[in-house]
Amino acid sequence: MRTYDAIVVGAGHNGLTTAAFLAKAGLDVVCVEKNDYIGGAAVSRNLYQDWIYSNCSYVCSLLRPEIFRALELHKHGLQITPFGGSVQFMENGDYFGAYHDPEVAYRELARFSRRDADNYKTYRADTMRQCRFIRDFLLNTAPDPTSFKPGDLRELLEIGGKFAEMGEDRMYETIRFWTMSVADYLDEYFETEVIKAAKAGSGIIGTALGVYSPGTAYVLLHHYMGEVDGNVGSWGFARGGMGAVSNAIAGAFQAAGGELRTEAGVDTIIVKNGKATGVALENGDEIDGRLVVSAMDVKRTFLKCVERSELPDQFVHRVENFKIRGSSGKLNIALDGLPTFPALPEGSSLINSDMHFIDSLERMERAYDDWKAGTWSKDPYVDMVIPTLSDPTMAPPGKHFMSCFVQYCPHQVEGRAWTSEEKDAFGRTVIDQIANYSPDFRDLILHVEVRTPEDIENEIGITEGNIFHGELTMDQLLFNRPIPGFAQYRSPVDGLYMCGSSTHPGGGVMAAPGANAAREILADLGRQNTVPENFGDD
Amino acid sequence: MIPGPVHQGRLESPFYARLKELDTVNEWHQWKGYTAANELYCAETEYFAIRNATAVFDLTPMTKYRITGPDALDYLDRLVTRDMSKVAPGRVAYAAWCDDQGQVIDDGTIFHLREGEYRLCSQERHYGWLLDAAAGFDVDVAHETDDVAALAVQGPTSYSVLSQLGIAGLDALKPFGLMHANFRGADLVISRTGFTGDLGYELWIEPYKAAALWDALFEAGELFGIRAIGTIALDMARIEAGFIAVYEEFLPADETVRTGRSRSPFELGLGWLVDFKKPNFNGRRALAREYRDGSAWQLVKLDIEGNKPAHHAYIFPKEKRNKGDIGFITSAMWSPVCKKNIALGTVRAPYGKPGDALWVEIYYQREMHWSRKMAQATVVDRPFWYPDRRGATPPGPY
Repeated sequence: MRTYDAIVVGAGHNGLTTAAFLAKAGLDVVCVEKNDYIGGAAVSRNLYQDWIYSNCSYVCSLLRPEIFRALELHKHGLQITPFGGSVQFMENGDYFGAYHDPEVAYRELARFSRRDADNYKTYRADTMRQCRFIRDFLLNTAPDPTSFKPGDLRELLEIGGKFAEMGEDRMYETIRFWTMSVADYLDEYFETEVIKAAKAGSGIIGTALGVYSPGTAYVLLHHYMGEVDGNVGSWGFARGGMGAVSNAIAGAFQAAGGELRTEAGVDTIIVKNGKATGVALENGDEIDGRLVVSAMDVKRTFLKCVERSELPDQFVHRVENFKIRGSSGKLNIALDGLPTFPALPEGSSLINSDMHFIDSLERMERAYDDWKAGTWSKDPYVDMVIPTLSDPTMAPPGKHFMSCFVQYCPHQVEGRAWTSEEKDAFGRTVIDQIANYSPDFRDLILHVEVRTPEDIENEIGITEGNIFHGELTMDQLLFNRPIPGFAQYRSPVDGLYMCGSSTHPGGGVMAAPGANAAREILADLGRQNTVPENFGDD
Repeated sequence: MIPGPVHQGRLESPFYARLKELDTVNEWHQWKGYTAANELYCAETEYFAIRNATAVFDLTPMTKYRITGPDALDYLDRLVTRDMSKVAPGRVAYAAWCDDQGQVIDDGTIFHLREGEYRLCSQERHYGWLLDAAAGFDVDVAHETDDVAALAVQGPTSYSVLSQLGIAGLDALKPFGLMHANFRGADLVISRTGFTGDLGYELWIEPYKAAALWDALFEAGELFGIRAIGTIALDMARIEAGFIAVYEEFLPADETVRTGRSRSPFELGLGWLVDFKKPNFNGRRALAREYRDGSAWQLVKLDIEGNKPAHHAYIFPKEKRNKGDIGFITSAMWSPVCKKNIALGTVRAPYGKPGDALWVEIYYQREMHWSRKMAQATVVDRPFWYPDRRGATPPGPY
């Protein structure tokens, strides 16, 4: 029987990225996927007539441009188009818009507070400083602070050097930043509630934490450090939906000779004499491989797919306690036309922007309270975009696809499976909130796909449907991600690697975990590295 | 809170209609949200209006704050590095203010309009900083950029133009002095200030009188060569005067991301604005340390051999570049009045003392092809252009 050089488990964007870089290095690689389509949570689905849904992830900016370039993703159909601006609808009928034009943006801030308007540039500079510090580590393996290996020491020295270079005051700022809440961070710059609410969304997206929870300032950064064509902080749409990202990486993988197998869900990763030797599929087939790379989250990998007896107890204990909590849901909606938002002036550019329907930190924290009580937010933070305003490929002319990301939505309702009534009620909550600001919205709805974390887990396989494959808190970042001592893509089992978003630097469709894992694997094999280096200063 | 929607395009200053009337080239840019002219007919001609006759420049987009209240003086003295108690009513002070690390946030002019009533003018917007700095002071800081229309009236015949306009008492107005005049019932503030390094004035008035003031000014100046100018001409004059500009010679410290990209007053040649004898001011400790230990950078005015402007050039200590660069040019031009190749730059200590002979690497393009030249650059300590009339009171009818 054929023995592959590497078996990658899971054809999400990270699995495909690892697979592509390994294949480019000349390895014989197969990537197996349980579903009959690839992409994992970076996927475009045709679920209603001629509509294409980005039904999990929905915007793109964190995808590392180094990877885009190295895999020549443009040749495989990927095109990222920037979109600008956001709007926050307010209960009092007003709105706060974030405009693309800096002077118009300034005027809008000054409409609420001139102080906030003038402080915005300081906020931006301070946040960008933290971004620059972390961005350099995205395409690097996190060094182990307990290791005395030359590579780790060199990397640690580099981090220390970059840190010291900041100067005393900024070093203090950085240490504070990494542990503080997004609300406390924003309070240092802004006095207007709706402005803080507008900025705070990025601090909680995908996170089972509230705006006042310590550690959420970092989550804000995680969303801020992306870029589109060097414009750090901007976001874009993948033409054709987020599946275009996975499809393009898959294209690069196949062009390099890789083999893709769908409907090939892995039941067990086979371990013999402490070494991974292949996988047993759910259909009973076995595939032999010299090594196995799991793109599944760390819990699914080690608690469901590896015999417990093959793993050290303490390691398993830590995996069991890894925080990966379902906190976000999604509505994907086919629309018969473009809904109107009467609060916005006629012809406003804000119709093209990211829309939100919550206007204070307090409302956001209350939304979190519902989640803590085991239910979905009755007044949720919704991140709503209409990609078809700029992408002609996702709906028929004149029709639209609307993506609503919903924070918070529990994995299970009060600890038990969702009922269909509850799922409907969750969907209605979101539709009602939007309809409060758009009277014609409800009548334009042709089809709705409601996705709870449970649905995402059942379909994609991510534990609790957590979009980041694990919380982005300090105890689970860098050399702590996913498990201290196993933060360099290797596992306690020889020949078994991790390349999913549970590993450094985490989720967000960056493809960085996949690339970093490939680099470590190639180093272990003594193969030439095919993974690009950081572009460096920006 | 102001109801939306906010204005989406460029704002128009109260002088915009007049500028538009004179404009023949349609070259505009954005200045703090306003439409501002690059040039109106020909930048070179406009430049010579500054040096040869009278040039009028619309200053309205300049950021302006009104500072009043019983503690206004104490507040400003705490804010800026120079001693504000020496700035009497009717006087104007050029000043810089710093963050806690002694790094310049911005520079600007502070007008002591009346006893205890000040106007602070700067290029950048700092309302958040100014309010934070006001903690503990009985002071009111109000943003008044859009409430005050302003014109720079600069050049050798500017005194004659304003005299013709019928401003009484102008003859006694000294450099950095200001006076109030009545213009058709409105308070017209005239300050002997400017950004050209020449004889010149700035006029400040409520926006509703702006157009009338413009018309009266141009009527008065008709026989004195008055011309409206755009930013290109003004920038040439400011380099000749050796004045620094934000985003050219320095960045506001609170906007810098990278370490070491901000500058202290000492590093910008503004050491004369730092007064350690006065009570505490922001950044004092850090500046005292720097004064004792020395600065990392030095702003230099350079007189460069040849005639090729040294835009964006690296500066070297020796003609051989293998010694490594010590800094770079921030502003450069051929000076038409001085017939000199001049530049401002920033170099690492200990370089940059007056008389130092440095080298700059100039890239220049001729018919598509690029060439490189190493040119000697001498550090000078005086402005390139400093005519006697700039300091003379009364200035006389040049």
